[in-house]
Amino acid sequence: MKYWHVLQVGIQNTLVYRVNFFFRASFGLIPLMATIYLWRAIYASNPGKGDVAGYSLAAMTAYYLLATVVDALTAVAEDDWQIAADIKDGQISHILLKPMDYLAYRLSLFAAGRLVYTAAALLPVGTFLLAQHESFVLPASLPTFALFACSTLLTALLQFLLSYTMALLAFWVLEVSTFIFIVFAFEYIAGGHLFPLDILPPALAQALNFTPFPYQLYFPVSVYLGRVTGAALWRGLLVQVIWVLVMFVLARLVWRRGIRHYSAVGG
Amino acid sequence: MNSSSDSTFPPRTPPPVAMREPGFAALRRYGRICAALWRNSVVREMSFKANFLLWIFVELLWFALQLSFIAVIYGHTERIATWSKWEVVLLLGASQLIQQVFAALFLSNCTQLSEYVRTGRLDFLLLLPANTRFLVSFRQVDLGAFANAAAGVAVMAYALRQLHLTPTLGQMAGFLPLCAAGILIHYSLMFLLATVCFWTVRAQGIVWSYYNLFNLARLPDAAFQPGWFKAVFTFVLPMLLVANVPVKHLAALPRTPWESAVLLTLALLCFAASEGAWHASVRHYTSASS
Repeated sequence: MKYWHVLQVGIQNTLVYRVNFFFRASFGLIPLMATIYLWRAIYASNPGKGDVAGYSLAAMTAYYLLATVVDALTAVAEDDWQIAADIKDGQISHILLKPMDYLAYRLSLFAAGRLVYTAAALLPVGTFLLAQHESFVLPASLPTFALFACSTLLTALLQFLLSYTMALLAFWVLEVSTFIFIVFAFEYIAGGHLFPLDILPPALAQALNFTPFPYQLYFPVSVYLGRVTGAALWRGLLVQVIWVLVMFVLARLVWRRGIRHYSAVGG
Repeated sequence: MNSSSDSTFPPRTPPPVAMREPGFAALRRYGRICAALWRNSVVREMSFKANFLLWIFVELLWFALQLSFIAVIYGHTERIATWSKWEVVLLLGASQLIQQVFAALFLSNCTQLSEYVRTGRLDFLLLLPANTRFLVSFRQVDLGAFANAAAGVAVMAYALRQLHLTPTLGQMAGFLPLCAAGILIHYSLMFLLATVCFWTVRAQGIVWSYYNLFNLARLPDAAFQPGWFKAVFTFVLPMLLVANVPVKHLAALPRTPWESAVLLTLALLCFAASEGAWHASVRHYTSASS
């Protein structure tokens, strides 16, 4: 299968960046530790209260640890910049000539990138998780873990498709980075990078559920931590699948429009 | 006219102003160089106006995001250690001010250094009759970041009103040099790290990873229990001092007396270290492929 080869080549190419990835994962632990310290101080400042919106200090810590793991597995790192650069420099002309689908091609490269990143991050993040082992909980049961794995996979697809579609804006505008950062900002707060979404006022948290953002990080973490169970869990997974399909159709549409608009630079 | 004829002009003219007042003349000369560099940089930036405005918006959005984080957290607690809500907002504003002024003056210059080394353009800069570090550090200016710094000041003003504080002239006079020390620390450490590019071409990734640490500056220092983490980020990479100390001075918050002195001393030490690294790096430099 040809995309298997793309994956292999992608792994070899990304291995060049392993030192960079190692540094990024290691530096990334420092803000994480700062956040954990911050929450410790908050819990210490309210000794009578016990928990915040149903989170004990240990649960809160576990949330951030899990978010770090899911983020390492699913976050888009360089892919969107590369896609935008491919379009801007006219590199996609080469790919259009090959019997390959660009989306599948980029998806294989994304998977390769995540594999290498996860491997590079394993040492620093793994060490950190071991050091925090009293907060790092195991999932309630094997089925929970399986559902978490499914949800994480869907999260990765959603992350990829959204970034892919955003990067395709390069067909129309010269500089896509601002748009990517705007979407990233929303993803950062509404996806649950900054704090678990259920500490928000309930109305606001409910409203966010109508956006794709919670399914880009918060949802799989909640599944793992057992904060969403039963019917709500299945409903959430279904919504996640729907978002993936919606984003897939959107990505295809934007690509079709874009390619019609495209005229190779210097080609 | 040949050089030997020099000796036939006995009436020696007084040395030019530059020789008599090296400090003042050099300052004026470098001021003019800086103005020329910035003019170029602004002209270049203004050819992409929409992009320029969008970047300001992106930065404002991220600033708003941090503010909403504080709003959410203080929905669940009255205090973080000793810090109340509006004190933390004040801190966030000050940290925004310091970080954005740093970004306006130095950020892209520091990240560009590895490009100069990689492409060999540093050769050209080294040949110019001016201090190379100065040229490298002041090549570009980012006007948009000044707009975002102003947003930081606006948030600070609002937070001060909420705290019913009117800083005295003395507090303002202490606040500004402490901010400047914070900017100098940011710049020196970033520049120090950027000189790593003389040894490895992948320095840019390291520099950007490091930039994430700037976010620590907006957290109240009292939230951190004494320990190695706090010690490192107070005395080695003083992120917990750069914004905390100026704010505590401005709002007369409880503070340890030595903090200001430590901040100022570390600013000078960091600058000296970056200067040392720069000289060692340039000596190590062997152009690129030319």
